[in-house]
Amino acid sequence: METVIDIQHLHLYYGEFHALKNISMNIREKSVTAFIGPSGCGKSTLLRTLNRMNDMIRGVRIEGRVLVKGADIYHQDVNVELLRKNIGMVFQQPNPFPKSIYDNVAYGPRIHGVRDRRMLDEIVESSLRGAALWDEVKDHLKKPAWGLSGGQQQRLCIARALAVDPDILLMDEPTSALDPVSTLKIEELLQELKKSYTIVIVTHNMQQAARVSDQTAFFLHGEVIEFADTDKLFSNPVDKRTEDYISGRFG
Amino acid sequence: MITGEALRRRVIRRKRRDAVFHGIFLMCALAGVAVLFILLLDVVKKSAGWLDIGFITSFDSRKFEEAGMAAGIVGSLCLIAIAAPLSFVLGVATAVYLEEFAKPGRINWLIQTNISNLAGVPSIVYGLLGLAIFVRYLGFGRSVLSGGLTLTLLILPIVIVASREAIRAVPAGLRHASYALGAGKWTTVLRVVLPSALPGMLTGSILAVSRALGETAPILIVGAVTYTAKLPQSLFDSFTAMPIQIYNWTGLPKEEFRHVAAAGIVVLMIVLLSVNALAIMLRNKYSGKR
Amino acid sequence: MQYNAPVKTESSPYAGRTGLAEWLAPKILLAVSLLSIATTAGIVVILLTESCAFFQEVSIREFLTNPKWTPLFASRNFGVAPLVAGTAMVTAGACVVAVPLGLGCAIYLSEYAPERVRRILKPLLEILAGIPTIVYGYFALTAVTPFLTLIFPQIKLFNALSASIVVGIMILPMIASLSEDAMSAVPSVMRDAAYALGSTRLEVALKVVFPAAFSGITASVVLALSRAAGETMIVTLAAGALPNLNFNYLDSIQTMTAYIVQVSKGDTPRGSIEYLTIFAVGLTLFAITFLMNILAKFISERFKEEIR
Repeated sequence: METVIDIQHLHLYYGEFHALKNISMNIREKSVTAFIGPSGCGKSTLLRTLNRMNDMIRGVRIEGRVLVKGADIYHQDVNVELLRKNIGMVFQQPNPFPKSIYDNVAYGPRIHGVRDRRMLDEIVESSLRGAALWDEVKDHLKKPAWGLSGGQQQRLCIARALAVDPDILLMDEPTSALDPVSTLKIEELLQELKKSYTIVIVTHNMQQAARVSDQTAFFLHGEVIEFADTDKLFSNPVDKRTEDYISGRFG
Repeated sequence: MITGEALRRRVIRRKRRDAVFHGIFLMCALAGVAVLFILLLDVVKKSAGWLDIGFITSFDSRKFEEAGMAAGIVGSLCLIAIAAPLSFVLGVATAVYLEEFAKPGRINWLIQTNISNLAGVPSIVYGLLGLAIFVRYLGFGRSVLSGGLTLTLLILPIVIVASREAIRAVPAGLRHASYALGAGKWTTVLRVVLPSALPGMLTGSILAVSRALGETAPILIVGAVTYTAKLPQSLFDSFTAMPIQIYNWTGLPKEEFRHVAAAGIVVLMIVLLSVNALAIMLRNKYSGKR
Repeated sequence: MQYNAPVKTESSPYAGRTGLAEWLAPKILLAVSLLSIATTAGIVVILLTESCAFFQEVSIREFLTNPKWTPLFASRNFGVAPLVAGTAMVTAGACVVAVPLGLGCAIYLSEYAPERVRRILKPLLEILAGIPTIVYGYFALTAVTPFLTLIFPQIKLFNALSASIVVGIMILPMIASLSEDAMSAVPSVMRDAAYALGSTRLEVALKVVFPAAFSGITASVVLALSRAAGETMIVTLAAGALPNLNFNYLDSIQTMTAYIVQVSKGDTPRGSIEYLTIFAVGLTLFAITFLMNILAKFISERFKEEIR
């Protein structure tokens, strides 16, 4: 399978603090890659680097290159808004807009130029189907989004991200605020989604990583200690620190 | 969905629109600041040459070259001398009651709603209240006492709100420690909460005083005189105040009195600036301490 | 080991001292707190009592329907409509000036301004808010009106336009500040979601933050307009003393507040009809601003529910 994200010797600084140290990895297309590791060791930071959400923090500095489909995303000619359309993000806390379910999903297409009502209807339906939410909400599209349960809201956020037709989906601990049943639904969803999208997921939950991902990267203090196929990393880790983390000796 | 080149062009259009509106919103923000500077510049310019020691020490006069603000300055001070301590005591007491002793219930709700409603009442209505109650009903007449009491009621909500916030900022741990030593509620309030909240309450009170100094309408209704050549000797004497004199001079037909009014405004603004600076200094000194 | 609690003796510093104070203090504090209720009650009672005396002499019908207000002239008319129209004109004019500028300022502060700029701009706005209205009145009469005369040569010395503009400037900081508070209350995760979809700052500001904060913003505008309606010194100095229903901004008008000042400056005997008019007008003003404040509170209560 092809490499779709190519990270080359990436360093990131928050002011003086060296948050990401010499990260290099290739992420394969149409697969699920998990970032695991103890809190505060750079997993989310790397994720947010991929869609340049880190740009909004003052004092952030990048060295190295991040190539998406061969193009350097930090090049000065790059259109950040276009980049973020192509790389979607789902956050830890479900954060639907205070609008109706329909308007939440239609927001993205609308700002990117879709006006035709029928087309919007189609996009909304296919996105909600893609997020396995359509059957539950198809008769209530005009109802406010905050009336949904936590798990439904998170799937709505996934639908909203899908609606702009991205190639890559970034998920920052998407189930950590949800109950076990919703978590399971979303994990099943990921298996479906990876047929069409490249997914990178940050998770605190090792078992989740083992369940859903094809490849896993283990982070510690801003470095990638080990990056391998998930089966191999969990059954036969190369680095001792990886083994310690997986067996629960720390983290 | 549109893709490719059309999408790229669209994004560029949207970004351009963003940049244009960035400029528009910035203009809006600067508009207020621009007006502030124009206003101050205009006043300072007009007051040039008219503001001297003589202005501050002499009384008002029909002749513009002799007109002074002494009566107004003293009058304002007298009004504050009444309103500040009164509003402080009454405001703090109300705040203490609401924060420490009140139980949720109808009376509590009524008091709180009233306070927030009173904050929105136009100041001239306070003047009518003062006129009817202090001037006429209680018979204090058009005196500095009536003016002071009216201003007290006007700024009372400000003092109450600021004092409540100051009390809330006192950490619960301090109270617990006091109770754990066997102190009762009132003792705790008196000896622990109030001393700790005092700087915040004083700051709020000083800001309320600053508001009272600039008020014209309520004291005008209550009977402040616009032209006087003497200072109030007792609580029941007639009085004037800085904003009243400014009001009077602005309305006079002779052009020169515009300059006198400008000088008066500069004096008032300097007083207000000093009072506010005092409040800010107080706030910084004590928030650094903690 | 048995624990012997220390016995309270007469000589112990804690004996009996706190008893009386603990019981009395809350009661005194409560009595003081009732002063706030007393003030509101006082305002309402005064306005109603004196207005009732007024309405013994002048019918409510005349008060509400007569298009002329000339209580101080030989031929007396007691229709309050011209005064209300004057107040409405100034409030509407102030709204036109203050709402676009104030909201633009709020959006800038909330969504665009870098921290350094905010740190300078916010205190400047607070200073603007703290300027006494008499100073604004002076500015209106001596600077704004002459300037307007250049554009509209037919404008009168005392006119509604000058007062409206300056009242608008006076309430601008209030709208900017309260609206910015409302926008800051929108959780930043919401902005993140919009940015992550590829929105520009403008889109986030207008399509996500502004709608989410709409109730809070509306409440702040209503509150600011209530303040504009109750404004006295600017209109007294700059707008004139000629109550009329012509709705001409270049002409002199008289607002409710300016009328009250006009009558109070003279020495009106108690109980005379002139004295009573200021209370009837005061009651009208109080009722209008009170309703606006209640509306603002109602809107902002609904806002707090939505944000949750």
